[in-house]
Amino acid sequence: MSLDAAAVARIARLARIRVTDDEKTHLASELSQVMDWIDQLQSVDTDGVEPLTSVVGARLKTRADVVILNVTRDDVLANAPEGMAGFFTVPKVVE
Amino acid sequence: MSLTHLTIAESLKKLGSGEITSAELTEAHLKAMEGARALNAFIVETPELAMDQAKAVDAKWSKAGGKGERKPLEGLPLAIKDLFCTKGVQTTAGSKILEGFIPHYESTVTANLWRDGAVMLGKVNLDEFAMGSSNMTSAFGPVESPWKRRGDNRPLVPGGSSGGSAAAVAARIAPGATGTDTGGSIRQPAAFCGIVGVKPTYGRCSRWGVVAFASSLDQAGAFARTVEDTAIMLGSMAGYDPQDSTSVDVPVPDYRAATGRSVKGLRIGIPKEYRVDGMPGEIDALWRQGEQWFRDAGAEIVEISLPHTQYALATYYIVAPAECSSNLARYDGVRYGLRVPGKDLTEQYEATRAEGFGAEVKRRILIGTYVLSAGYFDAYYIKAQKVRALIARDFSDAFKSCDLILTPTAPSAAFALGEKSDDPIAMYLNDVFTVPASLAGLPGISVPAGLDAGGLPLGLQLIGRPFDEETVFAGAAALEKAAAFSAVPQIIAA
Amino acid sequence: MSGIIEGTTGKWEMVIGLEVHAQVTANSKLFSGAPTDFGGEPNTQVSLVDAAMPGMLPVLNGYCVEQAIKTGLGLGAQINKLSVFERKNYFYPDLPQGYQISQYAHPIVGKGEIEIDLPDGSVKAIGVTRLHLEQDAGKSLHDQNPSKTFVDLNRSGQALMEIVSEPDMRSADEAAAYVRKLRTILRYLGTCDGNMDEGSMRCDVNLSMRRAGTEKFGTRCEIKNVNSIRYVQAAIEFEARRQVEVLEEGGTIAQETRLWDPRRNETRSMRSKEEAFDYRYFPDPDLLPLELDDAQIARVKTTLPELPDTKKKRFIGEYGLPVYDAGVLVAEQSRAEFYEKVLAGKRDPKVAANWLITELLGGLNKGGQDIDDSPISAEALGGLIDLLADNTINGRTAKDVFAEMFATGKSAAAIVEEKGLRQVTDTGAIDAVIDAVIAQNQDKLAEYRAGKDKLFGFFVGQVMKESGGKANPALVNQALKVKLAG
Ligand SMILES: [Mg+2]
Ligand SMILES: [Zn+2]
Repeated sequence: MSLDAAAVARIARLARIRVTDDEKTHLASELSQVMDWIDQLQSVDTDGVEPLTSVVGARLKTRADVVILNVTRDDVLANAPEGMAGFFTVPKVVE
Repeated sequence: MSLTHLTIAESLKKLGSGEITSAELTEAHLKAMEGARALNAFIVETPELAMDQAKAVDAKWSKAGGKGERKPLEGLPLAIKDLFCTKGVQTTAGSKILEGFIPHYESTVTANLWRDGAVMLGKVNLDEFAMGSSNMTSAFGPVESPWKRRGDNRPLVPGGSSGGSAAAVAARIAPGATGTDTGGSIRQPAAFCGIVGVKPTYGRCSRWGVVAFASSLDQAGAFARTVEDTAIMLGSMAGYDPQDSTSVDVPVPDYRAATGRSVKGLRIGIPKEYRVDGMPGEIDALWRQGEQWFRDAGAEIVEISLPHTQYALATYYIVAPAECSSNLARYDGVRYGLRVPGKDLTEQYEATRAEGFGAEVKRRILIGTYVLSAGYFDAYYIKAQKVRALIARDFSDAFKSCDLILTPTAPSAAFALGEKSDDPIAMYLNDVFTVPASLAGLPGISVPAGLDAGGLPLGLQLIGRPFDEETVFAGAAALEKAAAFSAVPQIIAA
Repeated sequence: MSGIIEGTTGKWEMVIGLEVHAQVTANSKLFSGAPTDFGGEPNTQVSLVDAAMPGMLPVLNGYCVEQAIKTGLGLGAQINKLSVFERKNYFYPDLPQGYQISQYAHPIVGKGEIEIDLPDGSVKAIGVTRLHLEQDAGKSLHDQNPSKTFVDLNRSGQALMEIVSEPDMRSADEAAAYVRKLRTILRYLGTCDGNMDEGSMRCDVNLSMRRAGTEKFGTRCEIKNVNSIRYVQAAIEFEARRQVEVLEEGGTIAQETRLWDPRRNETRSMRSKEEAFDYRYFPDPDLLPLELDDAQIARVKTTLPELPDTKKKRFIGEYGLPVYDAGVLVAEQSRAEFYEKVLAGKRDPKVAANWLITELLGGLNKGGQDIDDSPISAEALGGLIDLLADNTINGRTAKDVFAEMFATGKSAAAIVEEKGLRQVTDTGAIDAVIDAVIAQNQDKLAEYRAGKDKLFGFFVGQVMKESGGKANPALVNQALKVKLAG
């Protein structure tokens, strides 16, 4: 098994997804199964191959430095689950 | 004949001649929508909006005395995959985490459709965040296919992720629908539902305002019941968008005209590596039948090799989850969507995302987080992007000796709801024929070409060169003509 | 202050590297069209992209790219024709996307160099490792509410240049000089306003200690949130002592991120960063690699102004200024510009430099102001220098006139006319004053003639006083010598 429960706990923490202990065990076997299947890639000879950056053959375009703002603060805050005084709010963060 | 059985081309013609009004056409589809609610194809129905839009079109037209230029889709009702943000209309991506989210903006693709006069029937169901091949991962319940296997009353999946789109079009609730395709999410459900589904070249349709799954793969496309209809729709949807840095600035040709092109002299490539182990005999037979149809139409069949095909799925299941793990980080309960309180910020994040995302989405976020994490990045992500480069090179080499590539769309017909759901890899294998073209960013189309022994539709896929949708449409039209697919889902026949 | 700390077990040397985040001067943000003005109402400068609404995509601001190229050229650095925007993934409420778009493996600018002036007059080159473009985060306000953190996304998505130095600095003074010099260059280039109060320039300090005379670097700590030059120095001094204490007690330095607390004047470990970070960088699939061509780089090159080091050399060579004066004048582009306007190609460079540095900058400095706030224009200061040069006023009067100009903004000529301050050069009038002074001071005259030469100064002073300070001092000297001699 390529992933154990501890590894699942670590990546779930990085991804900010709560997992119960039962889920950890279950996910460890499920994800290991997927990762073992994915491991077939290791047998491909990729010596000297550049990793693909984009299938688009074009060059990155840039925009002019012009101010365009077509939403108001109300629009930006409209879907927020919680807010106060024009701010988004979250539980207090201790630095 | 019922108005819901008209093709898009027929509808537009009748609207233009004044034979029918948009209100009549729209009302007929809204009625069908109500009648087919059991399919669960729609997350949000927008009948008032649709009727307002339709009546406005009709009023304008009658004011003009039924004369003058009509917009390309004027008065045509369509269903919109609920991955496209629609201004003022709830957009959920099939996820609980976005339930109730009302965008203040309209995706470029849907804006293009409205610009061309289309009418919105509602937002159609999909796999959560477009992750799935069965439409069973939607937080708003699975979509049922309008088809039934002969002698078997079990509900079937419509395919996914654009399952609601495919089901709605097959069930004659909508003459056309938008979809998105990341690894096969248009082509596979089109095949399962016996309709046409086209995914254009990556960069052809703007991704702006489309909820992202895997940015380097996501591409909008169209569902309809004929090749010509998908060409009409794509003509409106496509186009360069300066708001999407991966959108490509090339002119949109007349796709509809391309469907009338001859395939005589075209070279149709048959990739030998696609004859995978355990492929059902009837799929193989249909594929060979497809070759014959092309030969009969004057095309030449050539064998080609896509040697890295067998690694496409594994490559896809690194690249797509990696991108999704990052793209879905914004669903954190701060600015929109679900928030599940916790005693501190971290707990709030973790609870929100644990409850807001479904099992498949979480699985992919975790895989993606893992393959990008320190110590694994080179072995997985970089390795996958190298293999992806090889897969793309396979295609460009192959297109030196052929003009189109013909393959089956999916390795089987539709399966029953709940089947394969406990085995992620078995589910992933559904996309074995569609994923390679996605990784290479190539245009692909699925055309209904026959029925399996149980009377369920099977599709054939054509893959074209980058930005050569015209040849794809020409080939698809030829295939469509030869296959003369006329079966309809039982729900319609009844 | 020296960078050597005397411990109980010997001498320790500081090794310092700086990461400076400089906000790019531009109208709109790096990947969105929202404005960049400072001080707006919360969340009023937030586009759909900045708020990371579903389906929103970044589009690169071409001007910000040019600003980065310009800065790279100004630092004499290598411009990379291919650079890649990557995503740095982490969760924080003021990071709406859940990732920062930054440049990681392939920055737009490579190695360069900054020369700093040390107090002893010498110059030291500090290596610049790289410069890359990235998005700023929003602002979290932790002190607005007892149980909530408030999030303002106005700053979210603004363009930053992260400029990373080599660990080449050896004292707090060198670090301060580096920040000052970098700020000067950025201001000359017009690529960052360098306003540290408004957060346009923010520093992270990397510091480690090693035994003086040894080569090997020790374990370093990164100190965040050091947002003034004074704090850079204070944070370094505190942290260096802290590390020496730990090391001398036989402890080891944990590689960690520390926060500078300006209220307590100390650094402390950041609890929130204790968790091992794994940013999962990967190329942003919403963007393509950024390609630059020679023509574009060459075009930006033509917009480069004369930079402080070049200007300083020119001021020394062309105007014969002392190194110190030249240094003061080029420290701000506006000072140098003011200076050359005062000269106007005709005035004495040294006299002009003296007036500008001692009187004008000195006066401004008392009120915490700089040249841009000057009540005296370059032309007006030139006018004063002219009156002095053509003997209309003498040096003493000039100082009074200057004070009046500084207070009222009036021209020197107007003040001189108004107050009748023209210098007296009429020898008859001067002789009369001298005669009167001698008549009133017969005792002093006798003493002088008896050999008390020092009294000459007394007589000069008296004559000047009687003339209301307006007598030409040279003429007074001349006439007095004759008359006192009898
Ligand atoms: Mg840093
Ligand atoms: Zn940075």
